[in-house]
Amino acid sequence: MFVRLSAAIAALSLVASAVLAEGANPTDPQIAHIAYTAGVIDIAAAKQAISKAGSKDVKAFAEDMVRDHEAVNKQALDLVKKLKVTPEDNDTSKTLSKQASDKLAELAKLKGADYDKAYVANEVAYHKAVNGALETQLIPSASNAELKSLLQTGLKIFQGHQQHAEHVAAALK
Amino acid sequence: MLPGRMLLIVTTLTLGAIAVPAHAATIQIVMENLVMSPPEATARVGDTIEWINKDIFAHTATARNGDFDVTMPPKKTVTSVLKKAGMVEYYCRYHPNMKAVLIIAP
Repeated sequence: MFVRLSAAIAALSLVASAVLAEGANPTDPQIAHIAYTAGVIDIAAAKQAISKAGSKDVKAFAEDMVRDHEAVNKQALDLVKKLKVTPEDNDTSKTLSKQASDKLAELAKLKGADYDKAYVANEVAYHKAVNGALETQLIPSASNAELKSLLQTGLKIFQGHQQHAEHVAAALK
Repeated sequence: MLPGRMLLIVTTLTLGAIAVPAHAATIQIVMENLVMSPPEATARVGDTIEWINKDIFAHTATARNGDFDVTMPPKKTVTSVLKKAGMVEYYCRYHPNMKAVLIIAP
């Protein structure tokens, strides 16, 4: 319990500091890049889980993550194309990607039930962290109405995933 | 001539009303932007629910008491017939923040 809680807090503060590191509010091209990156990260984690997880429920959860995040990211790509916006790489996206690849390497060393628990605990923490960033930074900073609306849908999807991950975590105990 | 025709029409209408019982209704429940609406619907046993998923995501309508579990692929409509009465809370298994209530009269 303590380990899980501290992992969640660590993940939260990392994302918060990554986003806040920008100082000024992110621009729409940066926001689009951050949101897309956040989806790509969760898809990569889910693909690892599909090949590594022992629990049927954890595998099914990971498949849901791939399906939903690919759908959101496809919509995001369609939108930036329509708006003629080129997503712009930035420090927040870079920090998120670096943290995520470290986490993937860490999870890769685990096996069986240990892996399942660690993956799901990280999914809870990660979605919580992204929700916080969406609510406090990305949605308020977005200036284009369609981008804002897509981020709001993204927030509801991420909140749903967080609850789903919490259910899966509770069932693993 | 005219009264005869009127009678025929009235008879047809009455027969029509008998042939289609009042309770065999179709009720639409829509999932859009991760919201189920209406949040509270009323129906009767034997009614058909049209589960309309307008999202690009798959959703489910899963009864907490186990009475039904319907899966809706993205942008698809699925129908199911209500078999049991009760006040049923249901949610989406993929996005448990989506929830609503269906009150089913016998």
